[in-house]
Amino acid sequence: MTTIPEILDTMAYGPAPESTAAARDWLARGPFGLFIGGSFTAPDDLFDVRDPARDTVLAQVTHATEADVDAAVQAARAAQPAWEADPALRARVLYALARQVQKRERLFAVLESLDNGKPIRETRDIDIPLVARHFYHHAGWATLLADEFPNARAHGVCGQIIPWNFPLLMLAWKVAPALAAGNTVVLKPAEDTPLTALLFAKICQEAGVPPGVVNIVTGDGATGAAIVAHDGVDKIAFTGSTEVGQSIRRATAGSGKALTLELGGKSPFIVMPDADLDAAVEGVVDAVWFNQGEVCCAGTRILVAESVAETFRNRLIARMKTLRVGDPLDKSTDIGAIVSPAQLARIRDLVAKGVAAGAVVHEGTAPDGCFCPPILLDKVSPANPCVSEEIFGPVVTLQSFRTPPEAIELANATRYGLAASIWSENLTVAMDLAAQVKAGVVWINATNMFDANAPFGGMRASGFGREGAREGMTAYLRKGQPAQGAAPGVIDASPATGTPDGLDRTHKLYIGGAQKRADGGASWSVMSGDTRLGHAPLGNRKDIRNAVDAAHKAGGWTKMSGHQRAQVLYFLAETLDHHRDGLDTLVPMEEIDAGIACTMYYAAWADKLSGAVHNTQSAHVTLAMREAFGVVGLICPEETPLLGALSLILPAMAMGNRVVVVPSQANPLAALELGPMLGASDVPGGVVNIVSGPVADLAKTLAGHDDVAALACAQPSVAQMVEHESAGNLKPVWNAPEGQGRDWLDAMVQVKTIWVPYGA
Amino acid sequence: MTHPHNPATPLDTAVFHGVNRPAAARRATSLTARRSIKGAHQAAWLLNAIACMDLTTLAGDDTPDRVRRLCGKARRPLADPVVAGLGLADMPTTGAVCVYPTMVAAAVAALEGSDIPVASVATGFPAGLMPLDLRLAEIRYAVDQGAREIDIVITRAHVLGGDWAALYDEIVAMKDACGTAHMKAILATGDLVTLSNVYAASMVAMQAGADFIKTSTGKEGVNATLPVGLTMCRAIRDHRAATGHVVGFKPAGGMKSAKDALNWQILMAEELGRDWLRPGLFRLGASSMLGDIERQLEHHVTGRYAASHRHALA
Repeated sequence: MTTIPEILDTMAYGPAPESTAAARDWLARGPFGLFIGGSFTAPDDLFDVRDPARDTVLAQVTHATEADVDAAVQAARAAQPAWEADPALRARVLYALARQVQKRERLFAVLESLDNGKPIRETRDIDIPLVARHFYHHAGWATLLADEFPNARAHGVCGQIIPWNFPLLMLAWKVAPALAAGNTVVLKPAEDTPLTALLFAKICQEAGVPPGVVNIVTGDGATGAAIVAHDGVDKIAFTGSTEVGQSIRRATAGSGKALTLELGGKSPFIVMPDADLDAAVEGVVDAVWFNQGEVCCAGTRILVAESVAETFRNRLIARMKTLRVGDPLDKSTDIGAIVSPAQLARIRDLVAKGVAAGAVVHEGTAPDGCFCPPILLDKVSPANPCVSEEIFGPVVTLQSFRTPPEAIELANATRYGLAASIWSENLTVAMDLAAQVKAGVVWINATNMFDANAPFGGMRASGFGREGAREGMTAYLRKGQPAQGAAPGVIDASPATGTPDGLDRTHKLYIGGAQKRADGGASWSVMSGDTRLGHAPLGNRKDIRNAVDAAHKAGGWTKMSGHQRAQVLYFLAETLDHHRDGLDTLVPMEEIDAGIACTMYYAAWADKLSGAVHNTQSAHVTLAMREAFGVVGLICPEETPLLGALSLILPAMAMGNRVVVVPSQANPLAALELGPMLGASDVPGGVVNIVSGPVADLAKTLAGHDDVAALACAQPSVAQMVEHESAGNLKPVWNAPEGQGRDWLDAMVQVKTIWVPYGA
Repeated sequence: MTHPHNPATPLDTAVFHGVNRPAAARRATSLTARRSIKGAHQAAWLLNAIACMDLTTLAGDDTPDRVRRLCGKARRPLADPVVAGLGLADMPTTGAVCVYPTMVAAAVAALEGSDIPVASVATGFPAGLMPLDLRLAEIRYAVDQGAREIDIVITRAHVLGGDWAALYDEIVAMKDACGTAHMKAILATGDLVTLSNVYAASMVAMQAGADFIKTSTGKEGVNATLPVGLTMCRAIRDHRAATGHVVGFKPAGGMKSAKDALNWQILMAEELGRDWLRPGLFRLGASSMLGDIERQLEHHVTGRYAASHRHALA
């Protein structure tokens, strides 16, 4: 026993343990079954759930089989119609869940800390309050749904698969919006951390969740795969690794299941020379030494201005030494246990590779066991594996830059695009960087801020879809039915009969603002019955490649104001009107007129689709900007070859995208006619590129292209293939319906949430 | 106060930088949530707070008898059974007693035989808006009365107007007037408002030779807050890094609870380290805080919650 005079000498903090008694009482009710149809099944086929900090078994839970998943989906299906039909009940239940979480906050916090290894301070002060906040927020959406989303329908049954880093918080992010929208859910918690989900199941009984509305099945990857594969599931929402996200994208291709993916990240943490360096150092603590660095949006790549790099580095190294690594249940612990020995081994392996590749390592201290000290990898080159690979541990790299453009270049040199943190006392500079960084969430002079009313989600290989706020609600509501048009026929490139009507007309591909011959040097006869409408150039994969390159060079379009783009689109309507008499040899006059009206419609929208300022925390501006994807691929429908093409091209253009268009295979000539008209309407070269040819081949090349950011596909015969191929860079694929409207604009932008705390 | 004086260094405004208020507020909030001190450790930290306390009375109705009563409490802040129960060999004492200049003589007399220094506010406390020669004369008076520490106030107008040379020169003159007494520079941070002002004023005060920088007079609308304390601690760290000289820190005003005493000490431990948990480099300017600490310590000894009326008044 240490005496008080001894403590007065050392001024040590001493132990401050949180009691585990209530959590252990609850765990003693195990082993645990599955939560299906409002009750727990008999425990079966058990596996151990371990406490990583103490290397002990906490509980045994059931490994759900395919039959169990099927039972859960059936229960969810049976409960769904009544649940969707009663928004008042949904609001009451979600409110009750928020209150129940608060009433059991300490039990949840302790259980989460035991199961995951994260410090009790974080579960108590961050995870659990955010969980309650999420249920409150979505109780409100249940009430407001009919007003704010008229005519929207729920998907039906949602399959939800969540990771081990924020077990209960990720459950809340998935379950709350799904239920608010009228869906029922089958949720699989991570194999390593299922316990708070099971406690939540118990809370569901207390809160009056109708049987079958929430189903929780524990298990491993096989259980998750069974959910993904189940025919009765209408939507999959997944948070986890990019690799698993890719396999889910492939598995659900063509199934008609809606999909949102929140995947990995390698987020930049940019420190400008005028930053408050102490604030930025503390930002690193909150970025990567929060939750043991097991955070998908962790700012793991520090990019610091050369002029302040040495000062920043020294302060960061000093700060590492005051971080306390150890018992997660001690209230004075900053960094707890790594979730599993396997994860610790992965972290250590990656760090070793980083050091072998030349990184200078600075480490804090950590006790023996499943613990990892804070690690700074200094002097890393961009080629270092620790700069490119997601580590999911308390490891951060440090690189320097010379100028703001170089900072952005380094920041965006990654396949991910989840988050970014920018430190500068100059808001002019900070906003410039925020606008340029490829990330779904940007924090200015802050990091790792979350709120139920702030959209969260990534760009690029960090996935698609948003969680939280109005934007997150749309992920749980059905959009219009995808187009159900005819499949393309066979292209016969051999010379055919039929004489030209008058002087021979030549149609070329339209790439980079110029008419180009097809790379393959071939054309095919486009027929209307026995009448030859003309010859279309037979594009191939190289033409697609060239078109994508041309689109990338046309970045000026994206930087233009909405008003400038509106002028160009109005001018295009004028040009179309001027040429309507020539086009009518290819398409009916009504379609031309509809095309002109469609052009006027999106010209009208070009300067009007605005982002939002979300109500999150006091003294914060939380912006939800609408940003163009950049280069988008468009697969047009077979029918209405002019209007079908315009219906995809125009909303994409209006929002600032540059596009590569694969027109109708049956009649690409009308779309090809657009090429010169675009040029005559002041559309800059490269903004619209049109490549005719075999739709399936061209669409496959576009879908597989890693430098195409998104796809809209109105050709159902290739939808499955396109979705499958899109898994390479995880570009979102929108199966476009016929028509026009806000949905078309929303599909052509991605949300960038920018947090700006303020205070003089 | 055993620490050597902080010698003046040339005025250098190039070290100023913007301090981000929301980030400082986040750090201040999380800092105290990140550390929990329980049981015997908490008792020790509260005893340490007593040793670092400038037990203060700065009221218009102060009288020599009132000051003598306060000095009695400074000599015997805890009841004997509590001292014994805590396992202490000796009765602890407060770090200093802090009074107005005209009360210094009474305090010195009442503290005779103890090692407790008397600190005096000076320089037209609390507003400081008196001619400089009168302010310097007041310092010399207080030192002459026996004050070993002088808590001066700065001219806020120099900060608000960005007249750093004037601020520097006045503090240099005040330090000179202090002679061998240690000088604490009160920045009146509630009047300076922005943390960037607080940082700049801290740096100038240290460059001008302040031995301590102190947050508040206790008379401003906002007194000691953790974000301000954090900013001043970082200034102390930066001044040390630039010059090698060590400066102490004193938050004052508005701190009433034992929990406050723990929080401020956690700030010192985390941002500046163990040395700034000693009275030579850390003081808590407080009056009612001691009463709450006393109650907490008695509870630690007896296991029963304590009542203030059973403790000696300050």
